[in-house]
Amino acid sequence: MKLYLKIWRQFDASSKGEMTDYEIDGVSEHMSFLEMLDLLNENLIQQGERVVEFDHDCREGICGQCGVMINGRAHGPLRNTTTCQLHMRSFKDGDTIYIEPFRAKAFPVLRDLKIDRKAFDSIIASGGFIGASTGQAPEANSIPISYETAEEAFDAAACIGCGACVASCKNASAALFVGAKITHLAILPQGKVEASKRALTMVKKMDQEGFGACSDTRACEIECPQGISVLSIAKMNLEYMKALAFRK
Amino acid sequence: MMESKIPQGPLSEKWNTYKAKAKLVNPANRKKLTIIVVGTGLAGASCAASLAEQGYNIKSFCFQDSPRRAHSVAAQGGVNAAKNYKNDGDSTFRMFYDTIKGGDFRSREANVYRLAECSAALIDHAVAQGVPFAREYAGYLNNRSFGGVQVSRTFYARGQTGQQLLLGAYQALERQAALGKVALYTRHEMLELVVIDGKAKGIIARNLETGKLERHVADAVVLASGGYGKVYYLSTLAMGCNSSAVWRAHKKGAFMAGVSWIQFHPTSLPQHGENQSKLTLMSESLRNDGRIWVPKRANDDRNANAIPEEERDYYLERRYPSFGNLAPRDISSRAAKERIDAGHGVGPMKNAIYLDFSDAIKAQGKDKIEAKYSNLFTMYEKITGINAYKEPMLISPSAHFTMGGLWVDYELMTTIPGLFALGEANFADHGANRLGANSLLQACVDGYFIAPYTIPNYLAGELNATKFDISHPAFEEAENAVRRQLDRFLHTNGTLSADYFHKKIGRLLYEKCGLSRSRKNLEEAIIEIRELKASFEKDLRITGDNTINSELEKAGRIADYIELAELMCYDALQREESCGAHFREEYQTPDGEAVRNDEEFCYVSAWEWKGQNNEPELHKEPLVFEAVELAVRSYK
Repeated sequence: MKLYLKIWRQFDASSKGEMTDYEIDGVSEHMSFLEMLDLLNENLIQQGERVVEFDHDCREGICGQCGVMINGRAHGPLRNTTTCQLHMRSFKDGDTIYIEPFRAKAFPVLRDLKIDRKAFDSIIASGGFIGASTGQAPEANSIPISYETAEEAFDAAACIGCGACVASCKNASAALFVGAKITHLAILPQGKVEASKRALTMVKKMDQEGFGACSDTRACEIECPQGISVLSIAKMNLEYMKALAFRK
Repeated sequence: MMESKIPQGPLSEKWNTYKAKAKLVNPANRKKLTIIVVGTGLAGASCAASLAEQGYNIKSFCFQDSPRRAHSVAAQGGVNAAKNYKNDGDSTFRMFYDTIKGGDFRSREANVYRLAECSAALIDHAVAQGVPFAREYAGYLNNRSFGGVQVSRTFYARGQTGQQLLLGAYQALERQAALGKVALYTRHEMLELVVIDGKAKGIIARNLETGKLERHVADAVVLASGGYGKVYYLSTLAMGCNSSAVWRAHKKGAFMAGVSWIQFHPTSLPQHGENQSKLTLMSESLRNDGRIWVPKRANDDRNANAIPEEERDYYLERRYPSFGNLAPRDISSRAAKERIDAGHGVGPMKNAIYLDFSDAIKAQGKDKIEAKYSNLFTMYEKITGINAYKEPMLISPSAHFTMGGLWVDYELMTTIPGLFALGEANFADHGANRLGANSLLQACVDGYFIAPYTIPNYLAGELNATKFDISHPAFEEAENAVRRQLDRFLHTNGTLSADYFHKKIGRLLYEKCGLSRSRKNLEEAIIEIRELKASFEKDLRITGDNTINSELEKAGRIADYIELAELMCYDALQREESCGAHFREEYQTPDGEAVRNDEEFCYVSAWEWKGQNNEPELHKEPLVFEAVELAVRSYK
């Protein structure tokens, strides 16, 4: 099929970007969206032009590095699907597709569709862990965890840190990302101990990094590739309020 | 030069003996020592976090935008541990034996035993970190069986065990970063190793955001940069996976071992077209409930569901009745290739086999199957548009894990003192074939439990060594070499893209150094690779400049792949036997089983770089087996 692409090109963080038009022919419905971009880049190389830079790695929907706005939606038209797992059968011959980077103050554009998501790592560094050092853990079965708890923890732990939640939120809030980590660790017995401290430091860091507040529009849940529930935001608020109320 | 340093004494006591005798570094002195760790996957992140916990200064490098993206994240099936929770006869020794046998008796006994021995502690540690492993209703850990073994020892977190283990390691790493013990260098690629007075003392890294070349000095360098299966282009690996860190260390004197031992995963999705960039892996755990078959009649074009039971060939169950669909990966992959080559392949490109869940759904109900594998079925439908609850999955073998890598001794140190290699970057533990769910294990165990003893043992001797800084001429020289190469790529002004060469080298290897190899093919391949190299040097076209430029990044990786591919062929050519994933067509039984040659080839092939256009030099590390008898590896 033949497609008309409008792609955001921006040289670096300090330059002004703009939408640029491209035409691409010979796109097969079996190609992934990123393979379509590969094909475009191959054509650009033949023409001696600089390629369109985009982030990607595993192309299996799990590393979280890919992600662009496609026709205004994070990761494109399908629910719970990363850009790399979106296939061209979701489009039809003659379509015009708008491709832009995930936009948020806390995610500066590096070049074209590549963005800087270090803010997410900083939030994890502020408390998104269990403080267990190596080589001293008790026997794993000595602390039973119910099947339901483990599954619930997994549901939240499944976050791939792609940033679609931020990009699709009108406030550029990271509440779903932070809520998922707080929920994952707070409901496990091993992580409960530090739950209050974790909620306080992570929420504080999220604000410092320039993410907006959550106003409960739930766009994040709809665009999350892992289908993480907004209930984890409620859980984050609960942990945070508890921490404030019982702060010593 | 190649001293394996296996401790004396009985097998079960070797690691304890080592730990008891290893030299220590006083806590006050640890902060005077810096360690560079390249790679932030399970091996790299776990090593960096563990050494930082001890008090060393760590510089951690990854080419991705965040340490959490490392390709360990994509491993699905599970991680092995000899916990014997199922009371089905598992033990350290049995796990050791399964792994040695799985590797076709081409790995080091002492290393493999240690792997099995440390496995139980890994589960404990990961649980303490909050890894949500699958649980029984009573709250105890659940596990399942995996290819190549007859007990249940594989722990899992749905189909995303690698992701969860990696997040545990990544969080531990970020915790140390916040404490100031780890400096993170994301979007940085190591492009050269710096060796001073014969010891690894630093690296040259390229900042992929600015294009700037940076010099980093340290007292030891750890490469945990993963495997090189992406040399085949179409593979299950992430696009950025590469061999550059290990290859550049190799060219600085570190030996590469077992280079041609590459595992082809039996359950990946088949290739569907020319512009495809990768093959997606379906978890091997599917083989617990899925039955593998092809039509008995060659070129049978009927839809799978229209083929009656008696016209289906469940060839794994037929050829390997005691292991059936759980036969090890090398055997399952080769059996699939054999059926496909014989004309029984299915799917649009006739390059696949069926993985059928209909019997399991009938016996257990759709709900049970859904509970176990729903994410995999969803993923399959997203990619192929096919509902696998209704018709069988199409799968095929694809390049996956590299058992080969940098040669290391028992301490995981390469032939360059002070240079360590962990996880898939080293050759150790898996021999000629890796059993499922042992790769996450090895990466974690290397990083959490082995390197934290062996690296300090080395560093204790470095405390009073001369301190170097980045003004040393060796840094200057290394940086200049990197700069010259980058300039050359940018100014070649040919007509062909980096990907063009990557696809070429990949296809060549699939055909001539892939699931099966022959002398004729390998000799041809070496000539063709040299021609491709010559073409790469004059026909490459890189657009853009020396700042953010993914094409420039690819060019360096492909230059290394082309050289590595040549070494792979030498290694496969030299090994005149069939073992594990290495199947030489000249050495097989009349019914197509591998024929190993223990008299002549019971050793690790370690190769030394002898310069451009020179043949590499082979060194042999004899494998000595004391605890097991070398047996014909049968899964019948």
